[in-house]
Amino acid sequence: MATPIATSQTILVVGGGISGMTAALEAAECGKQVILVEKSPTLGGRTALMYRYFPKLCHPICGLEINLRRLKGNRNVRVLTLAEVSKISGTRGNYAVTLNVAPRYINENCTACGECAKAVTKEIPNPYNYGLNQMKVAYLPHKMAYPLRYVLDPSAIGTADADAARAACKYDAIDLNMQREAVELTVGAVIWATGWKPYDAAKIQPYGYDRYPNVITSLEFERMADLHGPTGGKLLRPSDGKEAKNIAFIQCAGSRDENHLRHCSRICCMASLKQTQYVREAYGADGKSTIYYIDIRAIDRFEDFYLKVQNDPTVSFVKSKVARIAQDGNSGDLTLHGVDTEGYHRYANVHDLVVLAIGMEPAVKGVDIPAEIIADSSGFLESAPGGSIFGAGCASGPLDVNRSVQHATAAALRAIQVVNKSASTEAS
Amino acid sequence: MSELNTSTTEKYHNNFLREVEENVEEGEWVKMCMQCGVCSGSCPLGAHWAHPPQELFMMIRAGKREAVLSSDSMWMCTSCYNCVVRCPRKLPITGIMHGLASYANKLGMAPKIQPTRDFSLQFWKNCTRTGRVNELRLTLGLYFNDGLMAGIKKGWAMRNIGLGLLKAGRLNPFELFKGHSCKDQQGIQAMLKKAAEIEARRKHSTH
Repeated sequence: MATPIATSQTILVVGGGISGMTAALEAAECGKQVILVEKSPTLGGRTALMYRYFPKLCHPICGLEINLRRLKGNRNVRVLTLAEVSKISGTRGNYAVTLNVAPRYINENCTACGECAKAVTKEIPNPYNYGLNQMKVAYLPHKMAYPLRYVLDPSAIGTADADAARAACKYDAIDLNMQREAVELTVGAVIWATGWKPYDAAKIQPYGYDRYPNVITSLEFERMADLHGPTGGKLLRPSDGKEAKNIAFIQCAGSRDENHLRHCSRICCMASLKQTQYVREAYGADGKSTIYYIDIRAIDRFEDFYLKVQNDPTVSFVKSKVARIAQDGNSGDLTLHGVDTEGYHRYANVHDLVVLAIGMEPAVKGVDIPAEIIADSSGFLESAPGGSIFGAGCASGPLDVNRSVQHATAAALRAIQVVNKSASTEAS
Repeated sequence: MSELNTSTTEKYHNNFLREVEENVEEGEWVKMCMQCGVCSGSCPLGAHWAHPPQELFMMIRAGKREAVLSSDSMWMCTSCYNCVVRCPRKLPITGIMHGLASYANKLGMAPKIQPTRDFSLQFWKNCTRTGRVNELRLTLGLYFNDGLMAGIKKGWAMRNIGLGLLKAGRLNPFELFKGHSCKDQQGIQAMLKKAAEIEARRKHSTH
């Protein structure tokens, strides 16, 4: 692999989700040199795994398509996938960065024809569907993958699958001798856009995510609704594959809880309101959604969407945080126990499927960021004292896609200010 | 109405939340409740409470002084701490329940016939008198709580257990008359008095 040329006027963007792509593109379109590194084999991050956006219910493919178009047309951005930052040292305007680049085992010759995937037999849990189904060890992450190249999973190396894949490739794209390598860079500013991950739902013991197959997370539900997802867009119960028509959504699953995540994750109320519309889309008036909530946080223009959902007769609201879930052993149905706040009625409601509106935590927590930074009590990046490492998007706090894009644009501007200054210092 | 009750009513007028904050053990936490309902739903005895914790907290904020202090709900708490470990805001709910019960008792507003209260009072009297719990007197005291005949009936029903304990040397009938005590009874009384003083001062210094 050719080492990219980088100087103190280069901006490093860490993370290739919607925030990282936005920050990289905004800076690059201002004429700055940008290196965009992504840990996984593809850009797009969690945005690419959404079925629809709120509040307009449009498909993320649209927004990603525009960004990928901008990226392909811009010579100032160098994209490195399967690359992780292992070390950052230096000061404002001048950082030495070490990247650790993992082998993809498939080079630029790949045309994404898919013959290698047909040739291999071993399957692994598909992380792009949150492990809801399996994928081959030679795979294309998803339909929106960029770069549009297959990947050979490291577990295939040294097995018959690797040789079978190489034999099946007509373009000499498979290189089994690729090695992990370290890359050293000098950059002027770093935009940290490592995004978020869902809170581990199994830790919320009373909800039984680890014990009851029909308790799933909102992200898994998102994949289920997607035509490219594990169920081909059908809302099916994991226990028996039956259609789930009576679905409960539990808000603040992990969020606003001193025992789990102390912050409000901000997106989950709107995500559940949106997902009730997937139920309506699937079954019309036959579907039933129930939202259990402490309070609904749909601010500004989202209020309109909330009102619309409130007026939907298939959706009902219970003002209560569910205390615990019990499973009926035979049917796999779930009984939600709690007491509501509007009259203090004790309830035991039965549902087919329970969707936990799971909270967000930073994908890379503050202490794990290999640089001197200040993080808040939840591990979100706040600032780098005196430095030029800037948080963008969900690395700095829980944000929806729209606000992540705004935040990333602001981060790009701050990084541009730093590299402009080092440019003028060098010139004088 | 007790004198203490009259004076506190005058002092706090309609601000019952402030009264609770300043006088009830852990009462300063009440305002932190966000009414999610997890405590009420997690309570194993919740269905038997007239007002679950979440509702009590809202009643306190709404100034329902009479209803809260004369309620027997907080006396139902068995200190299982399920609500405390589940509370998203980490309120010491068990402590608040006992604080409310104790405060209601102090003001003379607690329900007159309440088994938990009866037992607590008997136990306290029993163990603080000599510094040792006199199990025989405590048990008999509870048997005869509901009258002479009820006590005899209960005693008769339990006779075999009593005889068994006697044979095993776990029950001394002479405890009924004098009973054993700790070596320094005056010391125990002085310690309890000091503890009450410290408690009064602690609550006093918070406001």
